[in-house]
Amino acid sequence: MSQTIIVNGQAHVVDVDDDTPLLWVLRDALQLTGTKFGCGIAMCGACTVHIDGEPMRSCSVPICAVTAPVTTIEAVDGREAEAVQAAWIAHQVPQCGYCQSGQIMSAIALLRRTPNPTDADIDQTMTNICRCATYVRIRAAIHAAAQAVTGAGI
Amino acid sequence: MKTAPIDISRRNLLVGAAGLVIGIALPATAARAQAAGNLGAKAPEALEGTQTEKSVPPNAYVRIGVDNKVTVVVKHLEMGQGTYTGLATLVAEELDADWADVEAVSAPVNAALYTNSVWGGQLTGGSSGMASSFDLMRRAGATARAMLVEAAARRWDVQADELQVEKSVISHPPSNRSARLGAFVEDAAKLPAPDYVTLKAPSAFTLIGQKGFSKRVDIPDKVNGRAIYALDIHEPGLLTVVVARPPRFGSVPGAVDASRALAVKDVVAVRQIPTGFAVYARGTWPAIKGRLALAATWDDHAAETRGSEEMIADAAELTKTPGAVVGTKGDAEQALAQASEIIDVTYVFPFLAHGPMEPLDGYLRWDQNGAHARYGCQLQVGDQPTIAKVLGLNPNQVTIDTMIAGGSFGRRVQTQFAGELAEVAKAIGPGQPVKLVWTREDDIQGGYYRPMAVHRFRATINNGAIIAWASNIASQPVVKAPPSRFRYGVDPLISEGADELLYDIPNFRCDVHSLSGTVTTNSWRSVGHSHTCYAVECFVDLLLEKAEKDPVEGRLALMPPSSRAAGVLTAVAKLAGWMGSGPVNGKARGVAVVEAFGSFVAQIAEVSLDRHGNPKVHKVWCAIDCGIAVNPDIIRAQLESGIGYGMGHILYGDIPIEAGAVKVSNFDDYRALSMSEMPEVEVVIIPSSQQPTGVGELGVPTIGPAIANALARLSGKRQSRLPLVRAS
Repeated sequence: MSQTIIVNGQAHVVDVDDDTPLLWVLRDALQLTGTKFGCGIAMCGACTVHIDGEPMRSCSVPICAVTAPVTTIEAVDGREAEAVQAAWIAHQVPQCGYCQSGQIMSAIALLRRTPNPTDADIDQTMTNICRCATYVRIRAAIHAAAQAVTGAGI
Repeated sequence: MKTAPIDISRRNLLVGAAGLVIGIALPATAARAQAAGNLGAKAPEALEGTQTEKSVPPNAYVRIGVDNKVTVVVKHLEMGQGTYTGLATLVAEELDADWADVEAVSAPVNAALYTNSVWGGQLTGGSSGMASSFDLMRRAGATARAMLVEAAARRWDVQADELQVEKSVISHPPSNRSARLGAFVEDAAKLPAPDYVTLKAPSAFTLIGQKGFSKRVDIPDKVNGRAIYALDIHEPGLLTVVVARPPRFGSVPGAVDASRALAVKDVVAVRQIPTGFAVYARGTWPAIKGRLALAATWDDHAAETRGSEEMIADAAELTKTPGAVVGTKGDAEQALAQASEIIDVTYVFPFLAHGPMEPLDGYLRWDQNGAHARYGCQLQVGDQPTIAKVLGLNPNQVTIDTMIAGGSFGRRVQTQFAGELAEVAKAIGPGQPVKLVWTREDDIQGGYYRPMAVHRFRATINNGAIIAWASNIASQPVVKAPPSRFRYGVDPLISEGADELLYDIPNFRCDVHSLSGTVTTNSWRSVGHSHTCYAVECFVDLLLEKAEKDPVEGRLALMPPSSRAAGVLTAVAKLAGWMGSGPVNGKARGVAVVEAFGSFVAQIAEVSLDRHGNPKVHKVWCAIDCGIAVNPDIIRAQLESGIGYGMGHILYGDIPIEAGAVKVSNFDDYRALSMSEMPEVEVVIIPSSQQPTGVGELGVPTIGPAIANALARLSGKRQSRLPLVRAS
């Protein structure tokens, strides 16, 4: 049935079954394809978006449960987002790149909550899977982004 | 739909829209023949810079716009390994292009121009991208440079040898004139390509091997969601397709009741195809939901009934009998017969799935005039004829846009996906564009696997010296290859790395049993080395321990001191500050070395045991000799990647099969390495003037044995059955 969702600041009316995961609404109905499909069971995090600012695995959120605004990789902004994306380039993080939208959305959420994360914080929060194993560089880039954000705030 | 025998993708043509471009027109037949001739020639040793090399038609490999944009046409699939950047670097180096103006696109299917000279077909694999492109792409860049310089010389009425090119600017210092490359492309396009060009000496390189030059051309679009993969294709009227496939290997579709599936909103059709029942829908979720609602039966008359445990037991029995002898030196059997003690160890390796982050997916549209496919194609040489055959077309009526892929690790090296893509398009009829999507469950369960393998080793030691070494391997052929690729009647990929050792042992023998089976297999990152290196390097470590030798010193004593293998071993020991295996403060170190894909790698892993007795890998030191290091940062990235990928599978990777069906299905039970488990990695690259060799798969082989050899020193136990951490 049809329902209205707010994605990247815009209201959209979508006419899909209630159990349709948010992921497929974003990708197929709204053609916001930056959010990726990796497992469909909330294990890999390739589909991570922000719902009301919180990182959520959109493959496992049915559209009928989406009542708060959604932000995707295409529109995420703010100083944490800029710092993370810049650090991802500076540290040459992506390889195949397919999981990186989700990694970046998770990292932005981490920095918003924990401006100076420790390695243990990163281990605990960054549970997104990267089959290219770019983890060494993701860790370094998060630390660099944290420094950029907190440094800029002084 | 309009198709042409040779097609440049629309993306490429956009470059042409900016203005006149060198070689925007495809090469004439004569030029193609010339290119084919060049490609067929053995790669010359072209590192001195004084030699001249025959030029290649630049238009096939590089196009330069009046807007100064340099577009490099890359014949390899970009799946994360960095080939877009690597091959673009080669062109930009010889062209003296400004890196900021360089972009890369994938080559169309054209065997004459884009054949992988290492493998003899248009494909990506065997870590051969750089090895098969180093001279070719530099010649392309040098040819384009020579034509632009000639055009500038004519326009300015000066001698060409007085001109300089730096960062895309051609200058004539005596007259103080300069202009960017784009100013000369119209004139240059009218000039004949030179017969010969001079390549730079390594000392003149400004991009190749340079520290601080590391920027990948594909990364900016991979941090903002703009990079487009096959899964992201949308167009009006497109139908998304998922296929219900039989659970058991060798099983085929029986009957289906599709009524409930067709009742799912946005499901459009269900069709039987050779591999299963295809569900067509307007959107991915309805297709997945429709598939769940199918009531399908399977014809199991030819299905596999065995499980992996039975297959392993059968293979282990075979390793007790002689097989095809694929390596021999001295007389190992006689030496073993005379030995007072034989060390006898059997190593068991499970089937492994590749699990690329982007499961298989692709787009196809066809009619009686031709077909157009778009996906992360890794095997153009096989996929194009496969699609053509299914659709009743000639191969040259099939165009394939090779898109970037979300990983592969070997997964995309098979023609089954292309065939299924064509089948689902055929079953719904001409004119209907389709996007075939595999879910993660399809990927893990219906997959092509690293073959299961059993290695049995026997050896004897006398006075601290390894006198005899016999290994006996049972495994399936990795790929369906013509017998001409076989050696001694068996697939050489089964035993690569074990049939010839880096170590000088007087009596040596390697036997291979080639298993037949219904379980589909293919290349998996580092191919045979993914198991042979573990077996060989764990076994030699055991022998050295019994001979009371240091793992590093003992290995070095068995190889020529000047060898490249000795070079990486020495370098990694120095990097790690090797003082023996330990353990020290609960941490032990293990070492391993390999030669694979023309390169040499040695790794040292530092490991402890957690309170549950599971391994914790703290740090990995890695030395590589891969010839000239074209992009040191990408080499480091690939080694980090190979270490993490290899480690995840050595610790957890297992595709158990019961009664012909795979018992795991997703990342919850086919576990991937996580951030918290990734060790620190430190890499040293050995300086070299040799031709570049493989990197993408090179991190994988040694990480397993390095970890296992450290664990042996910690626990006193040497684990011969993988994975190291087995589900209880």
